[in-house]
Amino acid sequence: MVRLPYLTALTTLLSYGILFVFGHLRDFFRKIFDWSKSNNLQGYAPICLGYEDFYTRRLYLRIQDCFGRPISSAPDSWFDVVERYSNDNNKTLHRTEKTTKCLNLGSYNYLGFAAADEYCTPRVIESLKQYSVSTCSTRVDGGTTKLHTELEELVARFVGKPAAVLFGMGYVTNSAIIPALIGKGGLIISDSLNHNSIVNGARGSGATVRVFQHNNAPHLEEVLREQIAHGQPRTHRPWKKIIVIIEGIYSMEGELCKLPEIIAVCKKYKVYTYLDEAHSIGAVGQTGRGVCELLGVDTADIDIMMGTFTKSFGSCGGYIAASKEIIQHLKRTCPAHLYATSMSPPAVQQVISAMKVILGEDGTNRGAKKLAQIRENSNFFRSELQKMGFEVLGDNDSPIMPIMLYNPAKIPAFSRECLHQNVAIVTVAFPATPLLLARARICISAAHSREDLIKALEVISKVGDLVGIKYFPVEPVKPNKVEHLKKIE
Amino acid sequence: MALAMVNVTASVLDWVSSYFDAPTRAVVFGVPIDGHLVVEALLVVVILFQLTRKSYKPPKKPLTEKEIDELCDDWVPEPLTPQITEDMTYEPPTLESAAGPHAIVNGKEVVNFASANYLGLVGNEKITDSCVGALEKYGVGSCGPRGFYGTIDVHLDCEQKIAKFLGTPDSILYSYGISTIFSVIPAFCKKGDIIVADEGVHWAVQNGLYLSRSTVVYFKHNDMKSLENKLEEVTRRSKHPEKVRRYIVVEAIYQNSGQIAPLDEIVRLKEKYRFRIILDESHSFGVLGNSGRGLADHCGVPIEKIDIITAGMGNALATDGGFCTGSVRVVDHQRLSSSGYVFSASLPPYLASAAIAAVDYLEENPSVLSKLRTNIATLFNELSDVPGLVLASHILSPIVFLKLKKSTGTGKTDIDLLDSIAKQALEEDSVLIATTKRSSLDKCKLPIGLRLFVSASHSESDLLKAAASLKRVAALLIS
Repeated sequence: MVRLPYLTALTTLLSYGILFVFGHLRDFFRKIFDWSKSNNLQGYAPICLGYEDFYTRRLYLRIQDCFGRPISSAPDSWFDVVERYSNDNNKTLHRTEKTTKCLNLGSYNYLGFAAADEYCTPRVIESLKQYSVSTCSTRVDGGTTKLHTELEELVARFVGKPAAVLFGMGYVTNSAIIPALIGKGGLIISDSLNHNSIVNGARGSGATVRVFQHNNAPHLEEVLREQIAHGQPRTHRPWKKIIVIIEGIYSMEGELCKLPEIIAVCKKYKVYTYLDEAHSIGAVGQTGRGVCELLGVDTADIDIMMGTFTKSFGSCGGYIAASKEIIQHLKRTCPAHLYATSMSPPAVQQVISAMKVILGEDGTNRGAKKLAQIRENSNFFRSELQKMGFEVLGDNDSPIMPIMLYNPAKIPAFSRECLHQNVAIVTVAFPATPLLLARARICISAAHSREDLIKALEVISKVGDLVGIKYFPVEPVKPNKVEHLKKIE
Repeated sequence: MALAMVNVTASVLDWVSSYFDAPTRAVVFGVPIDGHLVVEALLVVVILFQLTRKSYKPPKKPLTEKEIDELCDDWVPEPLTPQITEDMTYEPPTLESAAGPHAIVNGKEVVNFASANYLGLVGNEKITDSCVGALEKYGVGSCGPRGFYGTIDVHLDCEQKIAKFLGTPDSILYSYGISTIFSVIPAFCKKGDIIVADEGVHWAVQNGLYLSRSTVVYFKHNDMKSLENKLEEVTRRSKHPEKVRRYIVVEAIYQNSGQIAPLDEIVRLKEKYRFRIILDESHSFGVLGNSGRGLADHCGVPIEKIDIITAGMGNALATDGGFCTGSVRVVDHQRLSSSGYVFSASLPPYLASAAIAAVDYLEENPSVLSKLRTNIATLFNELSDVPGLVLASHILSPIVFLKLKKSTGTGKTDIDLLDSIAKQALEEDSVLIATTKRSSLDKCKLPIGLRLFVSASHSESDLLKAAASLKRVAALLIS
């Protein structure tokens, strides 16, 4: 829940207003100057029409150096950020050879599998030598290897569903599965803060799309009752089927979804549910099995569970887990299975090894230790940030914590100051978040040690004071807490 | 009775007219109030009163809670997926080794014509070594989208290398082959724009066209006359040619038929009617042209004339992912508005380093292209007289496409026949070939058939074996 103080809202609106006015002024003068220059388009319409990239040209380019920072090492807990310079006021950026070692608070590396791992990497290299980099073929033609079938069974076992199917990219999984499940005459009800891949998949399916308020089960019930009673728009025929799409952890809010309430509503009205666990699989839950385990929901109650391997397993790709009939149907109709190159075998092996570590089947208890570490790290970090007076979103146990910034000027200030102090932070603004609600997003990893987190807290606190984002009152520091911190240092 | 009525009416009228003609009773603010003014004022008040009344509409009764409950109870949804019948449980052959020209399927060695491994780079030593180095340095995944610390220096090196190889100013990498084209098209085409596309484009292009919400007109597959007619029609109907963006979308080598698009014709038409070209070179990058630079090299067209080129790297370059290249404006625009680039994790770094190594290999050994061409010509020759099947692809296309001479009746029986040919060829002769499988979401109406992907590392005996096997099995199964 975002609690935006009135003064901050006013100043943010004022800042954006000034930026827009200046942007329009510059556009106006640019048009005047270009009037005299010859127009060499010769009858073609310009490839990017006027207002489409207004935001890019006039606002984003000013702070371009805060985004897209290249790195030159693995995205582990500490990594090397390449330094860039610009000669023309941030319009173009050039790489240098110099790098700075920074603490990584931005990569999706929840369980620490991002860099070379002692169990996974030798096996990955072996599978690379055996199966080579790519199969150059689709899954149905000649691209299914033994590794793919092994991973599908392992994923189904891990998630708790009868069967699973793999895809080479998480984004394509959503965009290509939703059209295969529902078409014209169906209804999709999706959470208002769903990811762009789900929105694209829903639009590409041809079904009617309705939105319910974020994480609000009573509102979902209201929307469902109204839609079922009125039927399809204009013809009022009954809907063919209804699917409700929700996510496990919302990546811009760090919140868990209210799964038990939403599943209860869906069961009452006989609608199908689709759960996207991109950020929560492997990262939350006692044994890493995602939000279902954490919130105590039986996996048989959810019709389709989707997830990706990019975040917790340090690989790439996505999966769908559901009943055997649904998976067989998808294998026959889903275009991503029939037309796209199959997942690269070393990436498949990485997921197999990572899952074995998490399940404890590699013979050690590294998996359980990693899961306990990330839970402890997230809870510690979140509580410390809240004590310092920052506005932190998200629930307990979730490894994503956004810190609200609001004003557009604070975005580059926070990002650049933190980078000077060797902490790499991700800042997010429009269009990924609403215009007024810019934030800095921190992703905690099991690879972060206590010292790393304490250093990060110090830097963030200092920079937060400098930039002025401690919107809430600071909790008074209790004496024994200070000693506890001193002991760890 | 009538007389009484008349009397009453007359007296009422007298009474009213007396008021009407009454002399001035009062003077208000210098205006003499005559009797008739009072009646007129009353009339105005009545008119105003009527105007403020709402017009009569029969009252709308919203559904009561009980009615909604009943409707919800009555509603029965369709099952999420249709019933699965026996023949739908087809399992593809499982490889137990790398997908090279000779692969191991179910324990025995087969000749592999189902992998688009055109340059024979699967299993190449140099590429494997560079991947091992990348895996040890960077791990497997990149753990983030390009905007949030997912940009690794190998990505930037790969983009520069591809741009330099093709001779374009800049290029941009995507993390998956098919997501390239269906992210590029909606980034440049919005509602109101006009697109003229070939009817044989594959599903990813169709999805991109649908997501872009532009007006799409299809022309007959690879037919330049039909294209010209459609361009003429569209230009005539278009009202504001200066404000509407217009594109022609074609593939260099069509996946669904193996035909090659005549690029010089298309460029001539594009310049005549002021359209822009989006060209998908997934199967022609690294194959066509003297140096493998694709269709523009093959047709002798300067690369600047093609506005946007996209390609998936899962074919000739034996890695995964895709790229898009064009002018600086084109590439920069995609970095913020292409959904498959912004909202998705970036390409794993070892695949990017494999792409760099593959392009290096292609630059250093251009002779592999002539080997590929000889292989294609040999196979084309051998397969020209298979009983019951006819060659439908272009003579230079590395996808050799065979379709049925005569359909067996319905689409379903055709598919079954082709599947049984492929199955028998695999089981009896150890030759792995692929049939075209169409998704139910695919709108392409081109005929299905058998596809053989020719590689530069196939030996002559492999090609002869495949041809002999197909001839034998086709003679058996096609009556």
